[in-house]
Amino acid sequence: MYTQAMDTMGKDKDGPKAVRSAEELRLEERFDERIDAGGFIEAKDWMPEHYRKTLVRQISQHAHSEIVGMLPEGNWISRAPTLKRKAILLAKVQDEGGHGLYLYAAAETLGTSRDQMLDALHGGKAKYSSIFNYPTLTWADMGTIGWLVDGAAIMNQVPICRCSYAPYARAMIRICREESFHQRQGYEALLTMMQHGTEAQKAMVQDAVNRWWWPSIMMFGPPDDQSPNSAQSMRWGIKRFTNDELRQKFIDAAVEQAKVLGVTLPDPDLKWNEERQAHDHGAIDWAEFWRVIGGDGPCNRERLGARVKAWEDGAWVREAALAHAAKHERAERLAA
Amino acid sequence: MSSVEEGTLPSPGEGRAGAGSGTEAPKAAAAAGREWPLWEVFVRSKAGLDHKHCGSLHAPDPKMALQMARDVYTRRQEGVSVWVVRSDQIVASDPGDKDMYFDPAEDKVYRHPTFYELPKSVDHM
Amino acid sequence: MQASIELDRRADVQYLLRIGDTCLILAQRLGEWCGHAPILEEDIAMTNMALDLVGQARALLTRAGQLEGRAHDEDQLAFLRDERDYFNATLVELPRGDFAFSVLRNAMAATLLKLLWEKLEASSDAEVAAIAAKAIKEARYHQQHAADWVVRLGDGTGESHARMEAALAQLWRYVPELFAADAVDEAARASGLGPAWSELREAWFAEMASVLDEATLAMPAESAFMSTGKRGVHSEHMGYILAEMQYLQRTYPGGVW
Repeated sequence: MYTQAMDTMGKDKDGPKAVRSAEELRLEERFDERIDAGGFIEAKDWMPEHYRKTLVRQISQHAHSEIVGMLPEGNWISRAPTLKRKAILLAKVQDEGGHGLYLYAAAETLGTSRDQMLDALHGGKAKYSSIFNYPTLTWADMGTIGWLVDGAAIMNQVPICRCSYAPYARAMIRICREESFHQRQGYEALLTMMQHGTEAQKAMVQDAVNRWWWPSIMMFGPPDDQSPNSAQSMRWGIKRFTNDELRQKFIDAAVEQAKVLGVTLPDPDLKWNEERQAHDHGAIDWAEFWRVIGGDGPCNRERLGARVKAWEDGAWVREAALAHAAKHERAERLAA
Repeated sequence: MSSVEEGTLPSPGEGRAGAGSGTEAPKAAAAAGREWPLWEVFVRSKAGLDHKHCGSLHAPDPKMALQMARDVYTRRQEGVSVWVVRSDQIVASDPGDKDMYFDPAEDKVYRHPTFYELPKSVDHM
Repeated sequence: MQASIELDRRADVQYLLRIGDTCLILAQRLGEWCGHAPILEEDIAMTNMALDLVGQARALLTRAGQLEGRAHDEDQLAFLRDERDYFNATLVELPRGDFAFSVLRNAMAATLLKLLWEKLEASSDAEVAAIAAKAIKEARYHQQHAADWVVRLGDGTGESHARMEAALAQLWRYVPELFAADAVDEAARASGLGPAWSELREAWFAEMASVLDEATLAMPAESAFMSTGKRGVHSEHMGYILAEMQYLQRTYPGGVW
């Protein structure tokens, strides 16, 4: 669905090594040249260890976000108000599962395995986007997530389609192609309620917007002056725009979209700045962001608990499938 | 306390509720080497075109790999034909810049850890 | 609160709703696996099947509403009937249980639906025939996927085999209802709308026997118990499903979604 800014992942303990051989330096020079020329890196090309590790972490955490993201939305499949909305929600959640899968596949080209990545997620070592630690309390949350959360995700994701690491870029192109439906269906669901719905429905929409606005703009990560890893990632063509650049773009678009919807964004300080040609906005509560990232959001325990339970409860299934395959492989070999 | 992420707040991994976290590490170790194999997926979207590589997935056997490939990679359009190949069966050489090569020419598609079988005595890496 | 609609329980309407409701309620149970399946690939497969079933339900409910002639659309029928006016087989309303239970139930339901759709392609109702032509492709895939899992789990490990046996013991009690004959089926058969479900009995048992055999599972003896979901008298589980499913429509009368 989208990726949280890499800056929240903190310093890599295996940072760039101090002493390198002449051969390695030469390879890195060639690598940098290729990046600077806008070229692509494929799975078997030489790459700095730090580049590889950064990508494994970013791609896998992006994948984890898609998977965990299925839960808050999955909540409402059984309660969707019409068959059409039920179908749309099922399709969207299915897409998200698929996106997680594409991303795990891309990460696996770099020397990690699905099990290793899931192990990191379940053990609390790997992160996923903080937005999914918030509860989905009403049906309007579905539309709001589509509008704001998927909207923010798209803004983060489109630039990554030109990421220097080609398997990731290819996965992102596939994802972005499927993603636009996600934002549109969410916005359209809200528009329907605001334009044709009852007063109670309109109140439901406004309530959802009030709860999801601030967490959505936090999705772009900490402010640029608190994001030390951005520079290296931009140098490597993994990241193309800064957190604040993307956040500003998102806010400016959302203000217009909110007007069409007829909802109020819960920020009294939102104001067009003629000089900047952009909207000024109120102060973001970064303490809340770090709290939620750190594990004390409303739903962190439930989300991770659900994923761990699904994995553990499913162990006998996975084992049985392997056992069956082994039995039949053996039988085939004997018959051959 | 998890030490991977310096500069962020402590990881919420310790004593995670509801999942028997105390047994997670041994379970993970037991599961190592018991992963469903990885398969590469190739789809021909229209008669007359080539099969194109679209990605990979995990499946226990060829039949399921094919079904899942259909579920995952042809969701939006009818693929005319789907091929699945076990990733470790593909032998690859890249026509890329040979000087960038660190690995021997005849190698696996990419660096997936389960492609490289080590003797059991050192297989804990 | 939004009150229930009054359904005209004409035989042809009931006949179509039996199939449509079976698809709808099975989809409802399948959707519960979303985010909780043993592996990501199955999260996708289960939601895919649920999505197909919702599509089949929509088409059938719409057609049933047209035949009923009270201007009830697919959503009014799906969300505002009283429990006694739902005609799904009890089999599909049971809680999803573990993965063994769910794949076996999927195999049983998908095999039935596949056989139904095959016959419905020749329905005297052109609309129903058209629905069947599309649905049969989906049903064949669902059946194959579910049957493959029954085989894998039946002939997997000791644990998976035991879980499949337990699932069989529970689910087989709900088979007799599937093939019970009554006036609704007789009317459909006579008009050419569709086959009596009893006509499918032999083929269904043959297919299930083949799958269970490959799965090294023993088919249980026929149960003396007869569930009655197809007549609108359900198990205790149906009330909870409907309470959840109908919640928004009931709570927001006049809502536009």
